[in-house]
Amino acid sequence: MNSIAPQSMLLPPPSRTGDAAFKFLTWCMAMMVFVLVAVVGWELFRGSEPSLRQFGWRFLTRADWDPVSGAFGALPFMFGTFVSSLLGLLLALPLSVAAAIYLTELAPGWMRQPAVALIEMLASIPSVILGLWGMVVLVPWLNAHPYPWLQRVLGFLPLFRGHVYGPCLLSAAVIIAIMIVPIVTSISREVFRAVPDSRREAAYALGATRWEVTRLAVLKGSKRGIFGAAMLGLGRALGETMAVTMVVGNSTVISPSLFAPGCTLASGIATQFAEAADNFNLYPGALYELGLVLLAITIVTNILARLLVGAVGAPRHPGPA
Amino acid sequence: MNALLNQRRKATSAAMSALCLLCALMVILPLLLVLFHLARLGASSVDWNFLTHLPKPVGESGGGMANAIVGSFILVLLAVLIGVPVGVLGGIYLSEFGAPRLNGAVRFAADILNGTPSIVWGIVVYALVVVPMKGASAYAGGLALGLIMIPLVIRTTEQMLALVPASYREAALALGIPKWKSVLHVVLKTAGKGIVTGVLLACARVAGETAPLLFTASGNQFWSHSLSEPVASLPRQIYTYAKAPYGDWHRQAWAGALVLVLFVFAFSALVRLLTRGSNLPVAK
Repeated sequence: MNSIAPQSMLLPPPSRTGDAAFKFLTWCMAMMVFVLVAVVGWELFRGSEPSLRQFGWRFLTRADWDPVSGAFGALPFMFGTFVSSLLGLLLALPLSVAAAIYLTELAPGWMRQPAVALIEMLASIPSVILGLWGMVVLVPWLNAHPYPWLQRVLGFLPLFRGHVYGPCLLSAAVIIAIMIVPIVTSISREVFRAVPDSRREAAYALGATRWEVTRLAVLKGSKRGIFGAAMLGLGRALGETMAVTMVVGNSTVISPSLFAPGCTLASGIATQFAEAADNFNLYPGALYELGLVLLAITIVTNILARLLVGAVGAPRHPGPA
Repeated sequence: MNALLNQRRKATSAAMSALCLLCALMVILPLLLVLFHLARLGASSVDWNFLTHLPKPVGESGGGMANAIVGSFILVLLAVLIGVPVGVLGGIYLSEFGAPRLNGAVRFAADILNGTPSIVWGIVVYALVVVPMKGASAYAGGLALGLIMIPLVIRTTEQMLALVPASYREAALALGIPKWKSVLHVVLKTAGKGIVTGVLLACARVAGETAPLLFTASGNQFWSHSLSEPVASLPRQIYTYAKAPYGDWHRQAWAGALVLVLFVFAFSALVRLLTRGSNLPVAK
């Protein structure tokens, strides 16, 4: 026993080269995220150069898209993206917030975990499978029941006029709603759970009913968080590709009717890129520029969401190691 | 008067609770419907033949998606090879070395990458890899999926490492172990389960991605013999078959969808199994 201690004291101090090398290696990998952001931006910019040079800012305001005659405008795609995403959000937000309220405030304890697991399961279903289901099951059903009814009741609005085909912006909005419900619900749950229990207890102490507690103690202070959840959902919605492509109809004509087939930025790229890539460089250029527009929109949305949701979900470090 | 008001308040409370319950049910309804239709339309077509045979040409019935199933595994494996080293080491930097300001910037950039639509990754990797290599390949598809994994793995690694108590690190350093060894052998080991969980979830996520593969891995009706050839994948095959106007292909699309969903759920089940009885919170 005595012989060990002096020996270990004689050992040289641990080398610092290993530490420096390891730190540098991990630094390089962390810096990869900046490199990747730059690469994505640069490749999209480089790819869209022919179109940028040809059309300039007019690309964003032109409504014609005709690859044969070389006329390219992003407006139908931007229109379709915004209409389907915002409508999808409009459908998803009340449902998600109400479901989150139920799961955090009202549901009996035994039910919460299984219900949350089910919602996570919905989130994990691949987009292409929801698209297949949407195409084969949902759209024909929408076409047979809710759409004719909507047309009968609200047909005086231009939004609900025209022939009902099935694949249309409204169908895309419904699929988008189904896809973003899980994320909006889960972030709303986090927002509600961040409300300190003392506020609920205070409301109960004043004699408030269960709903009044929810309304006054929980919902009132959570507006900002819910708005952030909505923005994060919108960020998802804007970029949704496969499921939307399969139910939107892929027509590049702008129509005021929600029953008319449309297109989105992502679906336009998905359906036309393979054909364009073999083509002259203005066509792929225009599609790259659609990608650039899509990226810009999602980045702005996500930054806004981040500012609103703020610290929810940010990791807390136990201190320097 | 007061009793009447109280009754009305109670009634409102009950009505709103019922409404919220209804909304919660409506949120779950699509999941149940999708699973129901997957089972009804897909189960009858998933058999040994489907899992072991190549697709047949149009008009011939039968055939399967064996190449797509194997292709999906290859692509996810390539994605793990790219996404996990970068993600885990990047996460280690954030948790163990980074200064707060740089960390904020890295997290911000990772969030931007995470929010980048998958179709954008598809065309970026097309320009990066497919154009110079003059053709779609498994490499390109794997890279696209791997790049999608990076921000996911960075964030979960960081979160998991942050949960390791500082005293573990101090104890390791007090023994005179160099920091890099203490990080690899003590900190990473402690958080290992959590990180594996995060990686599995990221795998489940990219295994279902279609959009990034459309132009990168492309598709293949046959076995691919090298990683520089186009490779079939389950999601891509489902998409191709779903678009086609043939009844038999639709049937196969449902079968493929069922297999894919089972894979994805198997990953999640594995995660649940791994995290059971662990005191570390689970990656979300």
